[in-house]
Amino acid sequence: MSDITKLTLSELVKNIKDKKLSSEEVTKAFIDRSEKSKELNTYITEDYSSALEKSKKFDQKPNLDLKLPGIPIAVKDLFCTKDIRTTAGSKILDNFIPSYESTVTQNIWNEGAILLGKLNCDEFAMGSSNETSFFGNVQNPIDKNLVPGGSSGGSASAVAGQLTPITIGTDTGGSIRQPASFTGTVGLKPTYGSCSRYGIVAFASSLDQAGPMAQNVKDCALLHEVISTYDPKDSTSIDFKRNEYSKELTNNIKGTKIGIPKEYRVDGMPKEIEELWQKGIQYAKDCGAEIVDISLPHTSYALPSYYIVAPAEASSNLARYDGVKYGFRAKGENLIDMYEKTRSEGFGAEVQRRIMIGTYVLSSGYYDAYYLKAQKVRKLIKNDFDDAYKKVDAILTPSTPSSAFKIGEKKDDPVSMYLNDIFTVPVNLAGLPGISIPAGHDSKGYPLGLQIIGKAFDEQNILNIAFAMEEKINFKNKITDWWIK
Amino acid sequence: MSIDLKTIKHISKLSRISVDEQKAEKLVEDLNSIFKFIEKLNKLKTDNVEPLTSVAETTLKLRPDEVKSKDIREQIIKNSPQDNEDYFVVPKVIE
Repeated sequence: MSDITKLTLSELVKNIKDKKLSSEEVTKAFIDRSEKSKELNTYITEDYSSALEKSKKFDQKPNLDLKLPGIPIAVKDLFCTKDIRTTAGSKILDNFIPSYESTVTQNIWNEGAILLGKLNCDEFAMGSSNETSFFGNVQNPIDKNLVPGGSSGGSASAVAGQLTPITIGTDTGGSIRQPASFTGTVGLKPTYGSCSRYGIVAFASSLDQAGPMAQNVKDCALLHEVISTYDPKDSTSIDFKRNEYSKELTNNIKGTKIGIPKEYRVDGMPKEIEELWQKGIQYAKDCGAEIVDISLPHTSYALPSYYIVAPAEASSNLARYDGVKYGFRAKGENLIDMYEKTRSEGFGAEVQRRIMIGTYVLSSGYYDAYYLKAQKVRKLIKNDFDDAYKKVDAILTPSTPSSAFKIGEKKDDPVSMYLNDIFTVPVNLAGLPGISIPAGHDSKGYPLGLQIIGKAFDEQNILNIAFAMEEKINFKNKITDWWIK
Repeated sequence: MSIDLKTIKHISKLSRISVDEQKAEKLVEDLNSIFKFIEKLNKLKTDNVEPLTSVAETTLKLRPDEVKSKDIREQIIKNSPQDNEDYFVVPKVIE
């Protein structure tokens, strides 16, 4: 088979199970393509030779009952992988080698998958363009000098560029859905508590969730089924009955009520996004869904509240990077000087900015005015969704207010960068699941995504809606392999 | 409200991140534009709203207090920038 890397995950699994392909052939194909794709800068750490060895070992005694039998997978470099360097895209963790494995990646290996390498991301997942990574920009396979989105930019680029059949990312404010939208791929942010946070480098603990990224909804459902497990090692992991998401996937969504929130029609939103949304509404109707106008009145307060809550939690989580126990250490004249220089040299500008915001809003005299206020607004945002879900089963919105932008275009203007996440952030604040599916192209030929937001723990429902709409949309990603010489 | 150079120096001390003059001035600019954006929240009345501390509406589970990781000293020390086999080493704290 010549074009192994063009196959979907489901096709690869079937070929391996039918013994038409070996794990070694598949692994080798993705390594070869990854090797030819260095210009995209998707990988921070490659683990190719060990991947090949593991694939040979798998083929010697293949367990074909597994869900990901001998499938090579590269993952975002925010997941701790035992004995493999894990950097979180930061200089401060440049030399960090975890002595343990994250639960989510362990779940993937338990189902037979093989690690290809660790994928580039914004530093500590703080960014919407992958430009804050210590390891440099990632190219979007759609076009040269186009950002892949962020923070799971390397993951999105690797899936769109077919360097890995599927991948996992993390999403604190849109970090799976926005890059999925920018690269014409599918990305799911699960319900808070669905996937274990154990072993994921922490950014904002009340918002962080791991989730699957894939080329289509079916692959996404299969990977979600593997990674979503109850885990006593994460105290916020929730013990609920999980579906067999891929087996229960159906395109029959007749009678499903889908809400259209008028507040997502924001000022200055390009006409193309509005048109995409209208097309999406029509597709949903064509699938038999019932469209209902709804209101989420506090939407415009979501982003300001997020930029208090997330930096506040980040400032506490990142206090652990002190140059003592692991990671980078700068020389200092005394202990305090060492701490201050380590953190000043080890963290990049955006991370420092967010630590400073977080420290400020939590500092004496300001806690009530900022952090407490933001938590109250968060409650109002969650109430909005609770009210809406009395009338509808899911909500349809655009994923992002624009298509992918050029590298460097928004780098020096933090607020304009933050506005990228305007449609995704409310979902994290309310702890809900949301999926982005590719739904069309803009006038430049860049992909645009639609987001389907569900009730808590109702991933099956939004996967079904996405699956039904995907069939109608029949999206084709325009990728020319421009980076392959 | 606006954030001045003195505030930035105070926050940088609290954050244990050293900043020079040039960086501090850039941070004044950045943080002011971010806080201008954040302060939209003040338009909203929230007097009788309960703050949301966790979206996961479950009570924390209890577990037996057992040691699960044993003999991992070597693994832990391995990642330290400077060690003395059994200890993390830091610059002198007591004169």
